[in-house]
Amino acid sequence: MARVSVWLLILLAALSLPALAAVEVRQFDDPVLEQRYRDLTATLRCPKCENQSIGDSDSPIAGDMRERVYQQLQQGRSDKEILDFMVDRFGDYVLYNPRLEGRTFLLWGLPAALVVLGIVLVILLVRARRHVAARGLSETERARLDSLVNRQGAHHDTVYHDPAHHDPVHHERNE
Amino acid sequence: MRRRLLLLLPLLGFLVLGGFLYRGLSMDPSYRDSAMVARDFPAFDLATLADPERRVDASLLEGEVTLVNVWGEWCPTCKQEMPQLLELAERGVRLVGVDYKDTRAKGRDFLEEFGDPFEINIFDPEGSLGFDLGVYGAPETFLVDAEGVIRYHHTGYIAPEDVSRVIMPEVEKWRE
Repeated sequence: MARVSVWLLILLAALSLPALAAVEVRQFDDPVLEQRYRDLTATLRCPKCENQSIGDSDSPIAGDMRERVYQQLQQGRSDKEILDFMVDRFGDYVLYNPRLEGRTFLLWGLPAALVVLGIVLVILLVRARRHVAARGLSETERARLDSLVNRQGAHHDTVYHDPAHHDPVHHERNE
Repeated sequence: MRRRLLLLLPLLGFLVLGGFLYRGLSMDPSYRDSAMVARDFPAFDLATLADPERRVDASLLEGEVTLVNVWGEWCPTCKQEMPQLLELAERGVRLVGVDYKDTRAKGRDFLEEFGDPFEINIFDPEGSLGFDLGVYGAPETFLVDAEGVIRYHHTGYIAPEDVSRVIMPEVEKWRE
């Protein structure tokens, strides 16, 4: 049984090879450059496929874009220059991480504004509650509280301070 | 009374959110603004499809409003689009083709089979001009004015009804 599973696993791995082969392997002499390549291809969105980065997509245009990223990295261009190059042609659409500018201000600002609003609301609510707690009781409230406390107290007396009937130890000694 | 109104706040928030999401339902997720409109047609230096010796550049597009259509033999929609392009040529629109990521032989066969409304075809086997145009598939069509500035970008199929409804009005608009 175990042997069969191993063979099945090998078969599955072999079947998945063509999918991997769609995205080419690139050689980098410099590990920093390789990391930048990975980051850039992960943050650039494939224009054809809507929900994939160019690093994940096997569409032809994603391949072309990876090729350009690779070439430009080898030419010593900065990340910003490469991203500008892509946005210049394909628009802001290709940025998974939109830039902070006039048009995207709402996009970036709204979540922050909501968080600030939430914090302000919590502070206001806590303050209002504290105010209520600190306020003294009114006459009627005081009277009602007293009557409640007294009734409770009287009840307790009958339960715990009547040894003749309720304390078994005392009762035994009496016998 | 003010407290009562505050209770309506979550409902208001829900309605705003609902409005956003409802609008999102009818939006086309594949639609995006073109980055190319109102920009100069990108510089290029490529051979023509008909004659490998003849090289053309962006000055080809100056002097007259031109419709630049990016096509390829491998693109089935381009075949369906061809009758509309032929009609546009018949209506007096100047058309220039870009044979995108194709081989010469296949490109020529395509025009022979489906018709050739193009004044000239730029041969772009590597897709380099296509890349500079921000093309990510075919067909795509660009309207270029007499100064060589891109004025309209049509991504995808030009349907028969688009000829009179969309393309011709754009052409007329930029001819003036």
